[in-house]
Amino acid sequence: MEDNRIATHPILAWSRGTPVHVTYDGQQIPAYPQETVAMALYASGVKQYSTSSRFYHPRGMFCAIGKCSSCMMRVDGIPNTRTCVLQVRDGMEVETQHGDGRFPDVQAPMGGVAENNAEVLVIGGGPAGLEAALWAARAGARVTLLDQNPQLGGQLIKQTHKFFGSAKENAGTRGITIAKQLVQEVAATPAIEVYQGFTAFGWYQGAVCAADQQRAVLFHPRKVIVATGAAEKMLMFKNNDLPGVFGAGAAQTLMNVYGIRPGNRVLMVGAGNVGLIVSYQLMQAGIEVAAVIEGAPKVGGYLVHASKIARNGVHIMTRHTVLEAVGTDHVEAAIIAEVDDRWQPIPGTEERIACDTICLSAGLKPSTELLEQAKVDLAYTGELGGWVAKRNWAMRTSNPDLFAAGDASGVEEASTAMMEGKIAGLQAAYDLGYTGIPVEEQKETRRNLDDLRAGPFGAKICIGLKCVEVLE
Amino acid sequence: MSHFETGIIDALYLRENGFLPSEERQRKGPVAVIECIQEIPCNPCVGACQFDAIHMEGINGIPHVDFAKCTGCMSCLKVCPGLAIFIQDRSRAKPSVIVPYEYLPLPVKGGTVTLLGRDGAALGTGTVRFVLAADKVSRSSLVSVEFDDPALCEQVRNIRVG
Repeated sequence: MEDNRIATHPILAWSRGTPVHVTYDGQQIPAYPQETVAMALYASGVKQYSTSSRFYHPRGMFCAIGKCSSCMMRVDGIPNTRTCVLQVRDGMEVETQHGDGRFPDVQAPMGGVAENNAEVLVIGGGPAGLEAALWAARAGARVTLLDQNPQLGGQLIKQTHKFFGSAKENAGTRGITIAKQLVQEVAATPAIEVYQGFTAFGWYQGAVCAADQQRAVLFHPRKVIVATGAAEKMLMFKNNDLPGVFGAGAAQTLMNVYGIRPGNRVLMVGAGNVGLIVSYQLMQAGIEVAAVIEGAPKVGGYLVHASKIARNGVHIMTRHTVLEAVGTDHVEAAIIAEVDDRWQPIPGTEERIACDTICLSAGLKPSTELLEQAKVDLAYTGELGGWVAKRNWAMRTSNPDLFAAGDASGVEEASTAMMEGKIAGLQAAYDLGYTGIPVEEQKETRRNLDDLRAGPFGAKICIGLKCVEVLE
Repeated sequence: MSHFETGIIDALYLRENGFLPSEERQRKGPVAVIECIQEIPCNPCVGACQFDAIHMEGINGIPHVDFAKCTGCMSCLKVCPGLAIFIQDRSRAKPSVIVPYEYLPLPVKGGTVTLLGRDGAALGTGTVRFVLAADKVSRSSLVSVEFDDPALCEQVRNIRVG
């Protein structure tokens, strides 16, 4: 059987442990305990998880972080299971889901709903959520932290590159190292209770319902911080639903979290920081990058990231877009073309690029579902990735008990997400009367955040913030 | 095409804007070259320098090396997130360059590697003087390569093993 697991890597090492077995459409597939179902299948060469509801097109993964519905399968009889975030268990039965999920033949062993009186509820265990939880707890609050992934850290756990930003705040340190430090601190903080693998899905008059595969819990928090991150955006082109077309972040999850090769030859679409960084990381994992294409006339990300891949021989093609993914069950090639000043493809410039993977890095959309349910004031702000919550300088939304931080409050990057999380966490604690951390600490963090945004790369963010930051 | 379209930094731009040390300075000893010409919010190189040789105005400023103060100690190379710092040295019998390297396999001391330019094109071969493997803080490995043509000092920015 095919095995796409990476053995050696210049930055990472994986301790995989003893393999277990899952059954995939009646066939035994080896899997390692840390792996999720989708990852284990992918490692064994299974890249189609379902067929679409209307046209029965093959469906592969897209986001690999539990944000979309692309990897939904039947697991132990339960349809619509997001296999990218569900860890494997020996003997698990996984089936391709054909079309819409049928109601389970077996009833889920879901007992009643437990109740929890959380003081500060932080939803999302990425950079913003971890910092929010830590600082709220440091100030004196009791914190409950929910995270829907198998492990804490959000997207930091796949950031193998060294962070930019201020030396005061973690710059020069790899994201994976920052994640490890934050997660250790959370584990060492008794005032933080973690619900791992729990998806918060419902807002009920201030109460938040969350569940994993086994149980549901209704939280009655006094303050809520939504740090749910963002989801990768799809691009419109022919056959964009073909397995092998997925987010650049999904490729990063595969190779950097689970040590699985996303493909052998990748076309990267988008030369923002994510596209450039992931291209570099693909090469570090020994994968060929066919080219990086970008619709804009200039590279959108940092020039240093572009230079890093250019000096390894990767061709960056600005003013180019993808027209079509070629293949029947899986990507075999991409058709790209040059675009004019209005981003329209120029006839006659089409080019076929042989590749087995097309990675999209076309931006992210804030995950605002809970904020929408809670009916806080939102504003569509293109500069921040889409609909985001209006808030004051301390990340408080129009609901005084509800905060948003990190990419969920506007797509930026991990350093700023951590600072926003800290500001929101401290504010939630101050609101409840906890003063273990002086207000000056919070104010200084806000000043440092403004400094980071003061350059040309922060200009767009600042324009966006003008639309959503409410002055008091 | 400009470097903002291709990612390939223009050597002429670097030279004309004072990012590259003079030949005279390179003959005196190793010196850092920072190819970071865009205002981005990042400053670890400034703090890493013990000789006050890197200056920047605000966190979004562009780092400038005071070539007279720089000793080529490599502290800044280790922390630069952009892997945009290199050491050029023409003080020894053979000219050499130190590049950050984050791929496998790592080259070995005394081995022959292909020298690559800013565009990834081969510039010839060089001999590995030393390899500083990434330390526990998980910083980048640094590879020093030497070669015959001193003009390559300004051009070699990457290597290919094998």
